[in-house]
Amino acid sequence: MTQPAYDNSAPKGEPWVWFTSLGLIIGLTMVAGLLGLVLINGFSVFWAPAVPTVKLSDGTVMMGQLAQRRVRPDSPASQPKYERQYQVGLRELNGASYVWVEEAKIVQEDFATQTMGLERMENGPAFVTPLAFVDAAGRRVPLTKSTFEALLNEVERASEIRSELNAIQRSKIGAVNAKMELARIDLRRAEDRGESVLEIKAKLAALDMEFNQLRAQSEKVVAKNALAKLEARDARGREVVLPMSTIVRAWLPNDMSAWDRVCLFFSRLREFLFDEPREANTEGGLMPAIFGTLVMTVFMSLLVTPFGVIAAIYLREYAKDGVILRMVRICVNNLAGVPSIVFGVFGLGFFVYVLGGSIDQLFFSDQLKYNNNTPVFGTGGLLWCSLTLALMTLPVVIVATEEALSAVPRGMREASLAAGASKWQTIRDILLPASAPGILTGVILAMARGAGEVAPLMLVGVVKLAPTLPVDMVEPFLHFDRKFMHLGFHIYDLGFQSPDSDAARPMVFATTLLLIVLVVCLNLGAITIRNRLRARYKGASF
Amino acid sequence: MNPSASRIKVQPATESEGRKDYIRIQDFGFWYGAKKALDAISLDVPEQRVVAFIGPSGCGKSTLLRNLNRMNDLVDGIRHEGDIQIAGRSIYDPGIEVISLRRRVGMVFQKSNPFPKSIYDNVVYALRIMGVTDRAILDEACETSLRKAALWDEVKDRLNDSALGLSGGQMQRLCIARAIANRPEILLMDEPCSALDPIATGKIEELIHELKAQFTIVIVTHSMQQAARVSDRTAFFYLGKLIEYDTTEKIFMNPTQAQTEAYISGRFG
Repeated sequence: MTQPAYDNSAPKGEPWVWFTSLGLIIGLTMVAGLLGLVLINGFSVFWAPAVPTVKLSDGTVMMGQLAQRRVRPDSPASQPKYERQYQVGLRELNGASYVWVEEAKIVQEDFATQTMGLERMENGPAFVTPLAFVDAAGRRVPLTKSTFEALLNEVERASEIRSELNAIQRSKIGAVNAKMELARIDLRRAEDRGESVLEIKAKLAALDMEFNQLRAQSEKVVAKNALAKLEARDARGREVVLPMSTIVRAWLPNDMSAWDRVCLFFSRLREFLFDEPREANTEGGLMPAIFGTLVMTVFMSLLVTPFGVIAAIYLREYAKDGVILRMVRICVNNLAGVPSIVFGVFGLGFFVYVLGGSIDQLFFSDQLKYNNNTPVFGTGGLLWCSLTLALMTLPVVIVATEEALSAVPRGMREASLAAGASKWQTIRDILLPASAPGILTGVILAMARGAGEVAPLMLVGVVKLAPTLPVDMVEPFLHFDRKFMHLGFHIYDLGFQSPDSDAARPMVFATTLLLIVLVVCLNLGAITIRNRLRARYKGASF
Repeated sequence: MNPSASRIKVQPATESEGRKDYIRIQDFGFWYGAKKALDAISLDVPEQRVVAFIGPSGCGKSTLLRNLNRMNDLVDGIRHEGDIQIAGRSIYDPGIEVISLRRRVGMVFQKSNPFPKSIYDNVVYALRIMGVTDRAILDEACETSLRKAALWDEVKDRLNDSALGLSGGQMQRLCIARAIANRPEILLMDEPCSALDPIATGKIEELIHELKAQFTIVIVTHSMQQAARVSDRTAFFYLGKLIEYDTTEKIFMNPTQAQTEAYISGRFG
């Protein structure tokens, strides 16, 4: 049998598999690169490397941990010259925490075993050669390898005293302050109305006394550790005296076992996750930001899901097909493409000023009048952030719900109607359960987008540092009016608004890593729920 | 021929004459948008009889069937003329709620369409949406309907399992049980066996015979043998027109119209 001339039997178009797979490979490489960079840089923040003492050819000596190494921008490409950045710490003495050094100028680099790394409450870390420490009772103990344990105990003690102090100042004094604030408003109102102020004044006086007691108490706590301090010498031989109360953590970077290093790593990681930030957010933990992000994302999902599902049900099930419906659909889809900052501006203009302002006028007019016009809801806060992001992610939920509803087999709908069910009964009993997995997919997408959004939040209630959490043990427990911290904004703030950008850089990566992990966790949770639902309806289409 | 051949024996014409006509279709015309799907159909269905609608695809038999419980209301741009009466009352009477009509006229679809719920919940669905919450009534209805649908013995131990785990034939019988659970007067069947194997088909046909004692049944089928086996009367449609309507025996043995004869003898369609 002869083949027709037009059939040359060579398969056509097979090389396209290479071309198309190239697109996937590029995408995957980019994702892997991004994650790798964030992972390495993020985790290296918690790792304590060895700390060299570096001597330069001009005679300067310094002690610090290597931060980065790069080719000098002015060196020729053929003969690259390198320079290194060391984190030398002791900002109050050295002026800056980070120093760039030409590699060619380094004469000597040695790792002295007695070098000590210190994390401090203020002025960043310090790298010193310790001499002795004074304990709380005033005894001076020369520092050797054998007394290092004792020093660690002192540090531990100092941190306990700090948290004791924190408990008094934050919780108790905070509560008294809040009560005084309310009493002052009462006082001003009573004076304004010409009512008797005696009772309120007595109350204020009692609160004042309580406040003074608490302050005395906190002073007593501070005094407990007033004597304890660490005496040391920096790389240039200058004497450094550090009060024990300012030391957060001490370690011997050149004289510690791998296990100790791992312990230090996890101790820092724990601080990062569960403690509050210090030093303009460049050190300490991120607990308020993690908490704020979670609470905001959850509220946003709770707001967006019912709105989106109800809107989608109307669009898909009740609305008559026509020009208007098609226009509404186009608008909804376009809403998903509107830059998020636009939602922020809308949130500020409408939610905060109009809605919040009206709420304040209606329900908090006293507070406005007698508290220097301090707004309650008429300023950014958790509620407005959640609402703004709910509005922003609404199209995602609407589109997903509409698709899930239209994917329910027609037969099911007909069977329900033929059984005498009304449209609403059909929606409630048949369509919604069957489309639940699809709806949840939409909610997952909305959560992922909402949790990572920063720009609109900056306008409607996220702050660099919030003194209180949006959920706490003070009535009414959920404070929708409070401003809060958010991981995304935290990254922006660290990276671009920090006074010491070198010190902030590692934290940027660590926070980014955390944000990614948080979004992945939220998504995994939602995906698990979705898969459970899907398993229930497995085989629904055939 | 086969075991069910004896069933072809048609009732004497006089018997169905004695029964009152339950569904009356009078000069019924129907349009999907500009397309005319049915043209001046007039046909009566007697009580507790099985009427089969046959004809080639697109002849309008399903359209007519779906008008009997106004399922076509779901389609946009439809229009009708003439009238359909059930038990002497027009189904288009503004005083009749379409929901109450559908409760009186149950329907079984071509593709079995159980809900993704348990077998029990499927069967009692119609009762639940009517507001029945008494567990005893629901249990009783579930068992009765499943027995009538000849499914009880197969599923009685797993009523709470998902209906989606049943076989194709079982699912279709479940859909029949669901359709009869709230005791409608009329049962519409739209090619109920088209996706089933011969054994399942046989079971369903047997079922139709038994259900006839309580329900008036209208069945659309593509299988001439099935129409011959299960129905008392047969209506042949072609291009939206009712060509011939008579007792099944007459249609299959001695049709008056040449088109009918050509169709049932397989010469076209």
